Amino acid sequence: MFEGFELFPKFDWKWSFAFEILPRLLWATLNTLLAAGTGYAIALIIGLLFALAQRTGIRAITLIVREIVEFIRSTPLVVQIFFIFYVGPQFGIRLSPWTSGMIAIGLHYAAYLSEVYRAGLESVPRGQWEACKALNLSMTRTYFRVIIPQALPPALPGMGNYLVGIFKDTPMLMVIGVTELMHAATALGSTYYRYLEPYTMVGILFLLISLPTAFGLRRFESFVAKALGMRK
Amino acid sequence: MQHYLEYLQAYGGRFVDGTLVTIQQTLLAALLAIFVAALFGMMRLSEKWLIRGTSIVYIEFFRGTSLLVQLYWIFFVLPLLGVTFDKFTAGFVAVGLNLGAYGAELVRGSIEAVPKGQYEACHALNMSYYKRMRRIILPQALLLMLPPWGNLLIELLKGTALVSLISVTDLMFEAKQINGTTYLSAESFGTALIIYYLMARVVVSPGMRAFERYWGKKMGRI
Amino acid sequence: MKENFPLNLGSDAPMVRFSKVTKRYGELTVLDSLDLDVQQNEIVSIIGPSGSGKTTVLRMLMTLEEINDGVIYVDGQPLTHMPKNNELIKANEAHLRKMRNNIGMVFQHFNLFPHMTALGNCMEAPMHVLGMSRTEALARSEELLEMVGLADKIHEHPARLSGGQQQRVAIARALAMRPKILLFDEVTSALDPEVIGEVLNVIRSLASEHSLTMLMVTHQMGFAREISDRICFFYEGKIAEEGAPQQIFENPQNERTRQFLSAVLDAN
Repeated sequence: MFEGFELFPKFDWKWSFAFEILPRLLWATLNTLLAAGTGYAIALIIGLLFALAQRTGIRAITLIVREIVEFIRSTPLVVQIFFIFYVGPQFGIRLSPWTSGMIAIGLHYAAYLSEVYRAGLESVPRGQWEACKALNLSMTRTYFRVIIPQALPPALPGMGNYLVGIFKDTPMLMVIGVTELMHAATALGSTYYRYLEPYTMVGILFLLISLPTAFGLRRFESFVAKALGMRK
Repeated sequence: MQHYLEYLQAYGGRFVDGTLVTIQQTLLAALLAIFVAALFGMMRLSEKWLIRGTSIVYIEFFRGTSLLVQLYWIFFVLPLLGVTFDKFTAGFVAVGLNLGAYGAELVRGSIEAVPKGQYEACHALNMSYYKRMRRIILPQALLLMLPPWGNLLIELLKGTALVSLISVTDLMFEAKQINGTTYLSAESFGTALIIYYLMARVVVSPGMRAFERYWGKKMGRI
Repeated sequence: MKENFPLNLGSDAPMVRFSKVTKRYGELTVLDSLDLDVQQNEIVSIIGPSGSGKTTVLRMLMTLEEINDGVIYVDGQPLTHMPKNNELIKANEAHLRKMRNNIGMVFQHFNLFPHMTALGNCMEAPMHVLGMSRTEALARSEELLEMVGLADKIHEHPARLSGGQQQRVAIARALAMRPKILLFDEVTSALDPEVIGEVLNVIRSLASEHSLTMLMVTHQMGFAREISDRICFFYEGKIAEEGAPQQIFENPQNERTRQFLSAVLDAN
């Protein structure tokens, strides 16, 4: 199990190597950010569809969508990625690694986001819906002018967490060959037989992006709540 | 359907083997995560900045980087610093440490959520810190944290799938292998997905709910 | 199904007519074959113990709930049903939306939109339901908010207003739609005693100056007596007694009415 511990480890960090691979890693970081952004955008929209589908009042649709959401949330993303990438060719459809990756991540996080949306919508007091009816507002206006602005502030923390989460999950795309950050690091590692610098730098790059983002998101949530007049 | 049944007959055994490894990984990671969460969760509440700071660093580090990166780092890079784990151990250690960080926040949040009145009552009864925590505060905190811990355990289960990437022969590893030889991707990965789903929905969630009911009764809930 | 109910009530119709209206929640019958007429510009107060069906009457008129039996007419036209092939069938959403413009409601818990200012709350429906221009809606809203005594608060959000102020904004908001009928559902029950008066004052001036048909569910007996044209006492889903305020409060005929009034007036 635990094979060894040495007092003077074989730790020999080579700065020259680190700087040599930095450009390639930074370039891959851009790809990672692009993947995270695209996946999140897809998830935002499909998640809303999942959430609204559960509010139609038609039991069959509600139950089916509910089960789909539960299934996606309860199974590993990496297996879903493999599934979508490999299943296509089995039935004649060829999906590129990028496309399958985006579909998999988009669906996975859509399931998470739909729960966040649902909680937000449920938190709006019933009296608001009744006031809209009493004023004879149409359903569209009710949703867009009254309900969603009130459902948004409580939903933002969850949405922010999942933005950071998607970013951290992009390394899984490397298993189907998407050239994001982890993939680049592994390729460099196996080419030069040095994993120390690549993997350490990847870790640091992730921290450098995710920590400030998480902090910035918390500030943004405060700002939105104030801007919508929900705070004194 | 007939075709699928034949498939299961041929490969069912390997799926079972893989599932057993996944279960082992999950249980070991869970034990580690619970220990880490309890330790760092309580450290987070300490008044001494050194203790509190250490736990904040731990929590932010493991929550801010992705599990896959941590896994690879523990398996490939730690040996260079003198700490070598075999792949099975590296697997559940990474998952346990990572999800333990999330668990630490749950522990902290639940302890903070216990009503202040409870502390005041303990103070009035002149209880020591340890008595108070062990007999009054922590049991109540445990009840509060059980629902989100249920979700965390499912995340843990899902996280173990990544250990297949360092060649631990778990459920996903087997599915990948079988897919590699048969090219029956829908059956291979589909079966794996179904097994994960069943473990989450039929074992973990009901199990947690049952424990919640049991503990709730102990805490006096009707 | 609905052959016994006329398709419209003709020119001297009451503003509101409940015709054999029944409402059930599962096993429980909340309103039992209710017949109720409210004439144009009449002010009717509905009183009675909780669970007697008072609020349900308002909610069904506002189409917040569906009725199980009977028909409700507004200004001579059926509300809950619509004519088709010389028969009345259940109204569809389009018909309801058309009819709903005639009815407004003020709620016990105000239900103001927290993310809009007082002015915004009042302008929303006139602009987007009645299709008013921004300038028109603005002018009307300012006028109404001034009328309820909140000219200096029009740019405040509800969170910064007291309960009484919020309820007055709610009244202005309902009035902005120029409904023919205005419903008040226990509008002072959620208010602190000091601010009840300011809301009642607004309602009082509405009653005297404007041509509105008003239907109020209230526990404010003194106020009900002062401004109402008619009092309806509800008991277990039916009108146990109705009549002029003086008659109901001074000389109730029904035993239940007497019991209720003595319990309520004693408490005051």
